[in-house]
Amino acid sequence: MASVHGALLDLKRLDRLAGGDTVLHRLDPRAKVLATLIFILCVVSFGRYELSALVPFLFYPAVLIAVGRLPAGYLASRVLLVFPFVVAVGIFNPFLDREVLFRLGGIGVTGGWVSFASIMLRTALTVAAALTLTALTGFVPICRALVGLGMPKVFAMQLLFLYRYLFVLADEGGRAARAREMRSFGGKGRGLASYAPLLGHLLLRTWQRAERTHMAMLARGYNGMLPAAESRRPGLSDLLFVLFWGALLITLRLCNLPRLLGALVTGTLT
Amino acid sequence: MHMADALLSPSVGGAMWAVSAGAIAWGSARLGRESDDRIAPLMGVLGGFLFAAQMINFSIPGTGSSGHLTGGLLLAILLGPSPAFLTVASVLVVQALFFADGGLLALGCNIFNLGVIPAFIVYPLLYRRLIGPAPGPRREAAVTLFAALCAMQLGALCVVLETTLSGVSELSLVKFLALMLPIHLAIGAVEGAVTLAVVSFLRKARPELLARRAHAEAAPSLKPFLAAALVCALLVAGGISRFASDKPDGLEWSVAGAAGNAEPVALHGVAAYLHALQGKLAWFAEYRMPAGEGVAAQQAGPGVAGVLGTLITLIIVVAVAALLRRMKRGGAAPEA
Repeated sequence: MASVHGALLDLKRLDRLAGGDTVLHRLDPRAKVLATLIFILCVVSFGRYELSALVPFLFYPAVLIAVGRLPAGYLASRVLLVFPFVVAVGIFNPFLDREVLFRLGGIGVTGGWVSFASIMLRTALTVAAALTLTALTGFVPICRALVGLGMPKVFAMQLLFLYRYLFVLADEGGRAARAREMRSFGGKGRGLASYAPLLGHLLLRTWQRAERTHMAMLARGYNGMLPAAESRRPGLSDLLFVLFWGALLITLRLCNLPRLLGALVTGTLT
Repeated sequence: MHMADALLSPSVGGAMWAVSAGAIAWGSARLGRESDDRIAPLMGVLGGFLFAAQMINFSIPGTGSSGHLTGGLLLAILLGPSPAFLTVASVLVVQALFFADGGLLALGCNIFNLGVIPAFIVYPLLYRRLIGPAPGPRREAAVTLFAALCAMQLGALCVVLETTLSGVSELSLVKFLALMLPIHLAIGAVEGAVTLAVVSFLRKARPELLARRAHAEAAPSLKPFLAAALVCALLVAGGISRFASDKPDGLEWSVAGAAGNAEPVALHGVAAYLHALQGKLAWFAEYRMPAGEGVAAQQAGPGVAGVLGTLITLIIVVAVAALLRRMKRGGAAPEA
């Protein structure tokens, strides 16, 4: 997150993708949330030295991105942003685990490198799944789906409020940060002495905005609860979507497809 | 300090999800009973504030690095535990969905580390107890710094515990602790300094905001926490026992693998190797992988076939995606 404005632009772009109109966008949000959860659970339940069996799971984000007509390059760049922390923790594996697992053209591949690659692949898979869910569904429908799956209404209301004011306040914070940037030559004046009042003023404006918002809400008949959204019965396509992916992902979890394919190919070679 | 999905095992992730979901339900119920309906828009807008504040950095003199506010403790001081917790949790949900910070399975861990710890543990048990009814500036400074340090250290400790219990990373508990705790000591000091500076700014600018919290504060009961901790401990213990019981499987595996290799076929060179490999692989294909993280080295499998198969799978994935995309352009609407 280099700058507030950059991050905000990223956020808005992801948000706009949810406005698409494909088969996947029209599915019930609950179906997509469920499929994503199954996917993530399948991926993280593999043993730590598992690498090849994880590869077929690329099917899920790839098919969703293709059918949902999402920009693959953009999502990939977002996935890359998440790597630093995982790399920082995972990079110790190759140095601590030096047991050679198998040989590949004379080079011994140690368990550490295998588990490191496995961590990287899992990160890519889980992050891609989460971003795809957001890009195909949008935040408000996801909230609604979560309420349908048992999330407390108070928390859902908090999420919706946050989502409504996120853009406004991030814009405001971004303006303040930019103003400070333009007045701080050579990095001077970017310390705590200016940071605390900047945040304090932002907080005060936020608070006043909340009071105005509250009055406006009261004037429109707010009684402590947001009106419930219209509920839709899940249709046949939603059911098919969950069943299809559930069955496929669990099958892929149970049998190692690349190893089967590899056996097939090496079998024909002899 | 965001945890990531890739470093978690399902049992740890699920356990932390259960704890965090319980905390959200409990906090929501507490908030639902509160009569002040101004709190809902305030929480929402403050969540937006927190989001913006986390993106603005300030430079730390003498180090060349920069820091930013995390905000759990600040919000707890301003709003009280439950609203602060829900606000932080909602920000984390948005970050998980839009920035994939951490991820969806790790969301439970993150909500616990960054939300439950400052709002429900450090604030009521440390900050409220130590700060007293009318603190002087020195006492306030000391208590705020100490509370922020404790919150960060506890959070880092939880990250380490969650990662180690998951068993995906190779780092040992002690080494990881030695790595994380000093870093988070520094981060905690920064957090404390910023929290203190913002609170004293508010005290000068609008003292009534802080006074509002000071008297309307009921001491929270500890029971829900103990219950949650117990549930968490049981779930994690369940995960560990499963981990332990997988080990014999691994042993059987290696014995069986050795037996499978000793095939009496008189072939030489590459052909012999491939043949042995094939026999082994066919046997592999029969065997359903046990779903456990304890089965270690034997699962990685032999090199050539695994790599080939992986490549083929990758090619298929790319081809299917490209095909679907092209069909889409052509106007057909395939069912997914």
